[in-house]
Amino acid sequence: MMARVRPKLAVFKFASCDGCQLTLLDAEDHLLEVAGQVDICYFLEATSRVVDGPYDLALVEGSITTAHDAARIREVRRNARFLITLGACATAGGIQSLRNWGNLPEFLQAVYARPEYIQTLATSTAIAAHVSVDFELRGCPINKAQLLDVLRAFLADRRPNVPKHSVCLDCKRHGTVCIMVAQGVPCMGPITQTGCGALCPSYDRGCYGCYGPCEQSQGEAWGRSLVRSGQPVPTVLHQLRSFNAGAEDWRQAGDSLDNCASTAGPARTEEPRS
Amino acid sequence: MTNRVTTTQETKATTDAVRLLPRDRLADLFHALTARGYQVIGPRVDQGAIIYDQLTSVEELPRGWTDEQGPGYYRLKRREDDDAFGYVVGPHSWKRYLFPPLVTLARIERDGEDWHIESQPESPVKRAFLGVRACELAAIAVQDRVFLSQAYVDPIYQARRESVCLIAANCTQAAATCFCTSMDTGPRCRSGFDLAITEIAAGYIVEVGSELGASLAADLPLRPASPEDQADGEAARARAVAQIERTLDTHDIRALLMNNLDHPQWDDVGQRCLSCTNCTMVCPTCFCCSVTEVGDLTEQHIERQRQWDSCFHPDFSYINGGQVRGQVRSRYRQWLTHKLATWIDQFDVSGCVGCGRCITWCPVGIDLTEEVAAIRGNPS
Amino acid sequence: MSHQGTVVPPHPWVPHRAMIRRFCAEIPDVSTLDIRLFDDAERSRFDCQPGQFNMLYVPGVGEAAISVSGPGLEPGDWAHTIRRAGAVTRELTRLPVGATIGLRGPYGRGWPCAAAMERDVLIIAGGIGLAPLRPLVRYFLSNPSAARCVRLLYGSRSPDHLLFAEEIDRWRALGLDVDITVDRASLGWQGNVGVVPMLVDRLHPLDPTRTEVYLCGPEVMMRYTTRALLQRGVEASHIWLSVERNMQCAVGLCGHCQLGPAFVCRDGPVFSYEHVAPLLYTEDL
Repeated sequence: MMARVRPKLAVFKFASCDGCQLTLLDAEDHLLEVAGQVDICYFLEATSRVVDGPYDLALVEGSITTAHDAARIREVRRNARFLITLGACATAGGIQSLRNWGNLPEFLQAVYARPEYIQTLATSTAIAAHVSVDFELRGCPINKAQLLDVLRAFLADRRPNVPKHSVCLDCKRHGTVCIMVAQGVPCMGPITQTGCGALCPSYDRGCYGCYGPCEQSQGEAWGRSLVRSGQPVPTVLHQLRSFNAGAEDWRQAGDSLDNCASTAGPARTEEPRS
Repeated sequence: MTNRVTTTQETKATTDAVRLLPRDRLADLFHALTARGYQVIGPRVDQGAIIYDQLTSVEELPRGWTDEQGPGYYRLKRREDDDAFGYVVGPHSWKRYLFPPLVTLARIERDGEDWHIESQPESPVKRAFLGVRACELAAIAVQDRVFLSQAYVDPIYQARRESVCLIAANCTQAAATCFCTSMDTGPRCRSGFDLAITEIAAGYIVEVGSELGASLAADLPLRPASPEDQADGEAARARAVAQIERTLDTHDIRALLMNNLDHPQWDDVGQRCLSCTNCTMVCPTCFCCSVTEVGDLTEQHIERQRQWDSCFHPDFSYINGGQVRGQVRSRYRQWLTHKLATWIDQFDVSGCVGCGRCITWCPVGIDLTEEVAAIRGNPS
Repeated sequence: MSHQGTVVPPHPWVPHRAMIRRFCAEIPDVSTLDIRLFDDAERSRFDCQPGQFNMLYVPGVGEAAISVSGPGLEPGDWAHTIRRAGAVTRELTRLPVGATIGLRGPYGRGWPCAAAMERDVLIIAGGIGLAPLRPLVRYFLSNPSAARCVRLLYGSRSPDHLLFAEEIDRWRALGLDVDITVDRASLGWQGNVGVVPMLVDRLHPLDPTRTEVYLCGPEVMMRYTTRALLQRGVEASHIWLSVERNMQCAVGLCGHCQLGPAFVCRDGPVFSYEHVAPLLYTEDL
């Protein structure tokens, strides 16, 4: 097996903070193990060495926010046998997808001295909205152990072992008391995919959905229940529209709540429902 | 040391004089347990709730605390007295210690192209559960049937179960989510314990349930309970019964649910349920689990780990080609019909003990008693 | 330190080491592995009824439930016919002969052979569903008095997907009646084209009151085949079928394989259609 040609790996960046690429670098010793089994041909964050494609595996970070990037991702796809997207930007459009609910010309006017030099799309969208993707690794940022498993799975020609259940399952396995029920803290755990090991609730903080919707996430039922128990609609919307605002279930849930908000009655104060 | 079987014998407490452990001598019970090598697991306040954890002294008991519960709602509240067992049940259950959330079943070491597998039994830890409620005794009895009385026995559960000493505490109050009276599991502890206590102002009325319990009692500074003490105990236990408001009509419930597998109520609850798994995780009888392979970097050393899993996890029913229960409604139906109906086929007992945890700890407050009532009220 | 002197048995989820002794490519994506337990005591203890299954294990990948398709070529070996579908089956069919894998079993209730006594037996298979039925066919061929007569109805996607084709020819030579159909014919195919229920519709003669059916295939195929059988007057209590569900522990302890009141691993995989029909016909149960 060692005698075979090492698969060619490339890492591409689109609109993003580089945090997910840093997770790869942060893997350190583990990265060396991976590096020994692949030929890193394109990874500007780590090395200036560039080898032309086609590549066996393309890791893609970031979302599509410009016409240029929309064309570039198609080129990446053409040059890659296997394409894996990394992080909330690449899998859901990232925090920058909040622009999808805003007014782009207004933003440009407010932020840039010379907005006429800015060429950008009105939306920030996931890579999968533009090209076919072989596997999406979620998280803001991604989890190092999951990334290494994805790489090992690619090398071993198997499916990655990335669970898709809710954060709640992990809280309960760890013995973390539900802060939503015991403290009335809004928590996205019930609709968020595991990946962090249920970190925030173990520090008395509600999950804020870094890993995006869990499989068959029930965002709308979750949001409605929070509003019914007294949370203001803007607070709930704020939670749904964050790093993974563009993820399909949460986008729909937020829009649905937004539409209903005008017809909803005044929020009740919190009280036990029995 | 006694075998488990003897501890589940019915007590002859009725023929014994009723005895009382004075309120300031509870530490003697703690010491009687630790002197016998038991690690004491009991209630204490943590993370805004009363949880079960290893205790180092009776000082850690939740003296003066109680809980207020409702669907999707739990709050710690101060009591007017300093009772140590003046709460109901919290987010944890004893299954955490008998059927641990994560356990290694086997270790595999690769040896070139070959490999070897090793499965060492756990070194037994003697645990004393302090403050086991009647519904929880019933839940342990249910899991005994699941893990110990089928063709295949779970050795991890077996070893832990045989090493456990059960100190039960009769409920002296009930939560709004309790319905043990409907399930005929409480609130009075009737059997299955080594010692049972009822907390009153003067102390703890003690009942012996096994040889181990008798031996513990012999080490305690017990005095005969006065008629007033006994009346206080009766009143405290009666208070718990009187406070139970919630009911589940179990009449012919197996047929009711299995004859209504296509009832529109499943669609209705499927719109509200988040499929988040919380109800199954807090349930003291749910036993679903999965095994995963956990390898180190080089995959030279691999562990087969068993973890709690849930029928609400979409991939739980996955077979090549897709998920068998691919909708929230079908997963909720699986859980409820298993718990209240098919459990009876499988284990000759209901899977529900009426503790109300699934109601309290559901983040959207779904109440199984209401779901059943809706189906019963309008059968299809 | 042993507490209370209780002997804790080995965990029922822990596999025994076994060796792949023979590999035979059958049809696209399907291979048969002959597997032998290393441990002499385990091997002599191991006996398997038609329709039972084993859990096969690959370290680092996991376990999969695989029905036993009969004894292997050598005494002590057992044949497992595997379709490449998930991670475990892919890896199993990639390993070289001589590789060590894990095995535990046999599990479950197999085909009730005794129910065939004095009856006309119909063995009906779809696709790889023939694998768990092969030991049953062999049983009837070597025990002619176990049934009045035996007929095999077998359907597959195409002529290239006919499993055990050479063995079926030998079965015919031994006197077994075999009807075969394919969903799509290829050049040169002169047999039936159509689905398995069509073979049931055309069966002649058929005495429904004395027919015993053993059925295995994809769930949708079994659904339409049972419908056809019922229309011909075969009684539901005389139809036996093998059900597939997610299995992890295989010993009734993990909850994955539940189908209504049944643990498929323990109470199945073979069920009486009479008992399982209401469950199979409930959506997503």
